[in-house]
This record gives sequence, C-alpha cells and structure tokens, in this order.
Amino acid sequence: MKREIPLMATAVIGIFMILSFFVPHQLVSVPADFLQTSAVIVVAFGYVLGGANALRINFDAIYKRREGWPYKIVLVAGLLTMVTVGAIEGRGFQGEHTRFTWIYNSVYSPMQSTMFALLAFYIASAAFRAFRIRTLEAALLAVAALIVMIGRVPIGDWLTHALPAPYRLSALQEWIMDNPQNSAKRAILIGAALGVMATGLRVILGLERSYLSGED
Amino acid sequence: MSLVKRLETFDRRWIFLTVGLLVLLPLIWPVPLPITVGPRAQKFYDAIEALPEGSTVLLACDYDPGAKPELVPMTRSVLRHLFARHCKAIITCLWNGGPGLVDQTVREVGREQGKVYGVDYVDLGYKAGYEAVMVLMGQSIPNTFPTDQSGGVTTSYPIMQGIRNYSSFPILISISAGYPGTKEYVQQVEGRFHIKIIAGVTAVSAPEFYAYLQSGQLQGLLGGMAGAAEYEKLRGESGAATRGMVPQSFAHVFIAFCILAGNAVQWLKRREKSA
Amino acid sequence: MSLEVTAGARGWRWSSAAGVVLMLLALKARAEAPAAANSTPAPAPASGLEWKDVPNDAGHAVELDWKPSPDEAHPGVVATYVLERGPAPGGPWSVVDSTTGGSTTKVDPTLDRGVSYFYRVITVGPGGRTPALSVTGPVVATSQWFNTTRWSVLVLMFLFFAFVLWYIWSAQSGKKPFVRRIPGIDAIEEAIGRATEMGRPVLYVPGIQDIDEIQTVQGLIILESVAKMTARYQTPITVPVAYPIPFTIAEEMVRSGYLHAGRPEQYDPNSVRFVSPEQFAYVAALTGIMLRDRPAAHIFMGSFYAESLLLAETGFSTGAIQVAGTANVHQLPFFVVACDYTLIGEELYAASAYLSGEPRLVGGLKGADMMKVLIILMVLIGCILETLNLHGFTQWMATQ
Repeated sequence: MKREIPLMATAVIGIFMILSFFVPHQLVSVPADFLQTSAVIVVAFGYVLGGANALRINFDAIYKRREGWPYKIVLVAGLLTMVTVGAIEGRGFQGEHTRFTWIYNSVYSPMQSTMFALLAFYIASAAFRAFRIRTLEAALLAVAALIVMIGRVPIGDWLTHALPAPYRLSALQEWIMDNPQNSAKRAILIGAALGVMATGLRVILGLERSYLSGED
Repeated sequence: MSLVKRLETFDRRWIFLTVGLLVLLPLIWPVPLPITVGPRAQKFYDAIEALPEGSTVLLACDYDPGAKPELVPMTRSVLRHLFARHCKAIITCLWNGGPGLVDQTVREVGREQGKVYGVDYVDLGYKAGYEAVMVLMGQSIPNTFPTDQSGGVTTSYPIMQGIRNYSSFPILISISAGYPGTKEYVQQVEGRFHIKIIAGVTAVSAPEFYAYLQSGQLQGLLGGMAGAAEYEKLRGESGAATRGMVPQSFAHVFIAFCILAGNAVQWLKRREKSA
Repeated sequence: MSLEVTAGARGWRWSSAAGVVLMLLALKARAEAPAAANSTPAPAPASGLEWKDVPNDAGHAVELDWKPSPDEAHPGVVATYVLERGPAPGGPWSVVDSTTGGSTTKVDPTLDRGVSYFYRVITVGPGGRTPALSVTGPVVATSQWFNTTRWSVLVLMFLFFAFVLWYIWSAQSGKKPFVRRIPGIDAIEEAIGRATEMGRPVLYVPGIQDIDEIQTVQGLIILESVAKMTARYQTPITVPVAYPIPFTIAEEMVRSGYLHAGRPEQYDPNSVRFVSPEQFAYVAALTGIMLRDRPAAHIFMGSFYAESLLLAETGFSTGAIQVAGTANVHQLPFFVVACDYTLIGEELYAASAYLSGEPRLVGGLKGADMMKVLIILMVLIGCILETLNLHGFTQWMATQ
C-alpha cells in the first residue's frame, strides 16, 4: 500500500485537475479551487520543512566537523538571525524601516546582485574560448549572433546610421529575432510542451513510478 | 612559447578586467549614444497610454535583486507613467527574495510623485504558491492577499474598495525575471480570465516571449535594459537604463571581439599546424 | 494741495462707481449661470434591457445589453449608464457597475449561482438621472457542464493520449519502436567512464527547481540510471539538491541505483546533499564543490536559470567533461557553448526512456513523436486555409 496510495492519489487528483480545465460546473470547479488553495498552503509549509531540514543537516555537519563546517556556522547564524529579527519585528516585519528590511537591503540584495553580475565576465570568457566556427552552420550562427548583439544596443545604429533604416543593425536584429529565431523557438517550445505532457501522463497513470521509491 | 600558444592559454582574468573597465569607465564618464525605440517597446508604451485615466492597474513585480539593473528601471518608469495618467497601481510579488526590493522601489516612486500609499498605490507583498497564487487571484485578490507588505489589512485601504479579481483591472503589467512570472501569467491567467497583459522581462528571456507577442497573448514587451531604455526615451526620462546602455554597448562590442579573436587564434593555430 | 485732494476725491468716486457696476454685473452673471446649467434636460431613458447567461462558466456571470438613450445623438446630454441590481422588481437596488455613454453592454460576473435577480439601467447626464421605464428579470446565471470553446483541446488531448497508450501497448507486446541515438545521452556513460579512469567523482545536478517542476522529476528519474552506472563503475557520485522534497527523492533514486547495480553496500548516504533553495547560494555551493572536489564529469539535467553559465564555465575551468540537458530554452545557448554535450528541450524527457530502454517509456516517446507529426500537419493545413481566407479551422482552435 506504500506505493499504491500515492499512485492512486496522483491519478485521481491529476485526472480531476485535467477535467477542471474542460468542465466549468460547480461540482468540478469548487473542489478544483479548493485544491488550488491547498497547493498554496502546502508550498508555504514546504518552506518550514526546508528551514527545518537546513538546520538539521547543517547542525549534523557542524557536530561531525565535516568539510567546510565553519561556513555552516555562518549559514545557521544567518538563518537564525533573520528568523529572530523577523519574529521580534512582528507582523509588519517587511515594512519600510524595520531591521529586517535593513538587513535585506544591506546584505542580501547586494550579494544577490553581485552573484548575478558575475555572469557578464563569464559570458565574455565563454565567447573567447568556446564559440568556434568550424562548420557553415556555426558560421551562420556567429554572423547572426554578432548582428543581434551589436544591433540590440545603441552602438549598432550609431555604427550603421548612414544606411537606410531597414538595413541598419537594429532593423536586421529585429528581423532575425522575429522570424528565424521565433520559428525555431516555437518548435522547441512545442516539443518541450509535448515532453511535459508525456511525462505528466506517465506520472498520472502510474507508468512512471521510479520517483516514488526508486523501485519498479 | 609561440604567439598562438600564448594567445590560446592566456589568463582569462585579462578578459574579466577588460569587461570590468569597459562597464565602469562609461559610468564615470558618460558618452551620449542615441537610442532607437523598437516596435515592442512602442506597443508597451501605447498600451499604458490607451488606459482610461484614473484606472486601477495590477502590477506584478516578480523579481529579486539579481535582476535589479534590468527590471527596477522598468518598474520605476511604469509607475511614473501610470501616476502621470492618474492611474492607480496594486503591486504583487511572487518571488520570495523580491518583496523588499519591490517595496522600496514602489515607495520611492510614490513619494517622488507625491502619491499616497493606500489611496494611489498599495504593495500587497509576497505570497508563496507560484502559479496557484495566480489562479487564486482570479477568484479573489483580497482573500489571496489578506494583508499587505507592511502587515496592514488589505481591505482597509481605499484603493482596494471594489477590487475583486482580474476583472477589476483593464490590464495586468507583469515585470518578471523568470519563474513564476510572465510566462505563467500568460499560460494560467490570460486565457482563463481574459485580461490584457503587457510585460517587462530580462533580456535573456525576452526572445521566449516574442511568440506570445505575435499571437496577441501579450500586447507589449520590454526586453532587458535596452527595452527599459527605449521606454525611458518614450517617457522623456533619462534614468538608470539609459545610463546603462553605453556600458552595455561597449560590453557587447567586446564580446563580439572575443568571438572573432577566439576564432582568429584557432585559425592561426590550424595554419601553424599545417605549416 | 487742495487741487490734488479734489482730484483724488473725484478719482475715488469714479473708481467706487465702477466697482459697484462691476459687482452688479457679476451678481447678474452668477444668477444667470444656474439657469444656464439647469437648461440641460435630464437624458431620456435607455430601454430594451436584455440579459443572457454567459456560457462556459460556473454560473456567476450574465451579459446585459440595452438600447441607448435617444439623447445619445445630442452631445453632452448622456454621460454614463449605471446598472443596478435587486432581489425583487421593486428593489432595494444596489449599483453593480457603470459604463460610459455610447457603450450599451456589460457583463456582471458577481452573481450567486441559481439566485434570481432583477436589473435596471439608469441613464445619467449633467441634467440628472433617468431610470429606465421597466426592469428586467428574473435573471438567473447557470453553470454549464462543458466549456464548448475547448473542444479542440479535448480532441487533441485524447488523440495524444491515444497515441501514447497505443505505442506503449505496442512496445510492451514486443514491437519496440526504433529510437535514434542521442549523442548527449550516450556521452553520459562516456563521462562516467572517464571519471572512473581519473579516479575522481561524478557531479550530478538535477536542476534548481522544486518537485512541482516536471524537469526536476525528469532529472531525478535520470539520476537513477546514472547512479546505477556509477555503482557499476564503482565511481563516487555527488548530488547537491536545492529543495527538501527532491532531496529525499534523490536519496531514494541513488540508493535504488546502487541496489539495481547489485552494490547496495557501496551506497554513501552523504553523496546526496541538501544545499539551499536560494539560486545563487546553490550555485556558490556547487562551484565550491567543483573547485575543491574536482569531479571529472558534470551532469546537469533539469531546470536551470541564470546560474547555468556560472556552473558550466566554472566546470569547464576544472577540465571536467560536461553533459547538460534542459527544456529552458533561454539557458540552452549557455549550455551549448560551455558543455561538451547538450540535450535540447524534449531530449531531456526522452533521456529516461533512452537510458532505461523500458518498452513502456520508449513507446511513450514514439506516441509523443506521432503527436508532433500531427501538429506539423495541422500547422501546414492551417497556413493553407488562412492563406485562402478560410478561418474556420483557426476559429475552432481558438479557446477561451
């Protein structure tokens, strides 16, 4: 029953939610709305589970002096600090001038932005190292990439301002993005959507069970 | 060591340094470059211009500090545009790392424009649940967000009087950096609740939405900092996005140079081998 | 001096008189103004208010239409139409909504299902308010059992299910369909073999999202096959996971992989690590693992966002062989550039069928492919019909 109950629940709820797309009647729409609301509650509790799990694993690693355990102390201290500060602030802990918001603006926000900013450097090094023109297709790709990269920024039109408007880099990049790029992207999206549906169908019908306990 | 070998194995930190300088120096010494407004940004602008004055609009800001340079300028310009048309804004956030940044941005613009919180705009804050929250909002927004970002009761604010669900708004403006965001609003909300949607997204994900724009599921699209700069130009502003276009231009040119240089090195290497 | 006084006094008298005249004129204008405003009559009433149930809903909406006021022809007489609703023909009335003059239709989506209401429309203008001469009702919103605009989705969905189930049954009966080789999937075993030769571990990343993302489910399914391979080759595997639920499932998948390979005793519970749901905290931890532990093979299978390039470039700098697969098209360029092999879009979903070779999974793959053939045909037929100005097919495909 350990596997059968989750499989049955998955099948029943999955089929019901598919049905709710086609049947607007209250006998289907009211329970479907209830399930949507329940999903929100479950996700919220997922964060509680995640926090508890993070503490459990990191306390264990600190206790057993696993590799990198000083950093885990920093992690736990950060987590407990934010939770404590938020609890002390009370209901309006995310208000404009709270200590919680100050920590968010002074610590979290700059760290996030910094990590994201690393991408700019990595893109440049990847462009030098990895973009090799060895075939005709790669050459076409490189030409398109150059047109789109330069055409997307003001310097593209500045470089080609002497040309008629339809032949400037910005117009060319618009055409590339609207036509060949869009067509190819649509095809990939349709294919990926079919893949999602096929996997979803296998999960709902219980044909794909390995995610439950790894045994067939 | 031959030139080719040296070029092949040179420390990529020189590339990092060059990118850093190319971005930093134009910020210190700005160089004026003309910005051309594209059709997508124009459609975005026109969609807000077409709103009846005094409308209340739903502004979904789904991003965190990682997307700050691209999406915060868009958010600022959108709010200024709405306030200039005497429209009101109800703001939501579905990213757990974002509500602080969104609230800060919204309140700054609100103060700058002399607008009153709770009357002209309200920040409903963050709700966990991804797409389920989007669908729940189709039933009732006050029930989905019973309190706002600061902990106040949502229904106590004058702006929330008469607001039920998506049908209470003429438009949804989605500014998003990924999941959940614009794509989920188009998939879950546009078809089900028939609300007009315009979007501002990061540059890397913008191409994904061109298909939605062509099919009419989106009525306007701003892509990245370039899109934000075009919108600022239409608004007659010169904000962070406009200032950021020069460093971005130089960085793009340098990356194009890196592609060509890398291939030139490979070509030289092949020539050396065959020689 | 006396002359000046006299002139000043005369001037004062003239200005006083002028002031009195001006005041009298202003008073007259103000007296006339209300009369001018009052001369705009109240608008003639709208008429012919009709209702119809909004179809394909759960019984909460009706559409109301009315004939405009005859005074629409006179500019400035009609400003708005106000819709009022009550439980009985005599009221009490409450305002439901309003439209600007010129608009004569409105949907009221706030009804309670199965309850009778009465409606009236009031024409409002600068001259006053005029209710319609009659009320309309009883108005009852009803729910429908089927959304008729979604027939096309239902038909295509049944066709898709039929294709998939037919080919699954066909494969299980022995007619296993041919699946072309996908270099990226073949490269997984090659990567694990290389890690074994170098005596270094394999790093497997099942994506950065939670279990509700189907790519994460797929990444975890592939993990079992990869764990089986690493167990066979006796190569350590490291699986950092971002969320708690995928973490517990990943533990099960790795344990199961070792079990199926016949080496359950070699399973290391510490091989699966819960890191952080925070995107850049997760990628910082992963790049730390790459730089410290120096895995020889990196396998990225799942949903990735901005961190993809950071992972792939850092991984490249360590000299590892990298295989990636994601259906997030905006990250594909980064993986294509920085990884040795990339599974594009649905190749990720095909990977589990390909690696396991199970008939039912391979059959499902073939079923999805047949659906793609059908979609291609529909696109071609649709283009031809639209070119010939025949819109029926497109209209049938449009949903609400």
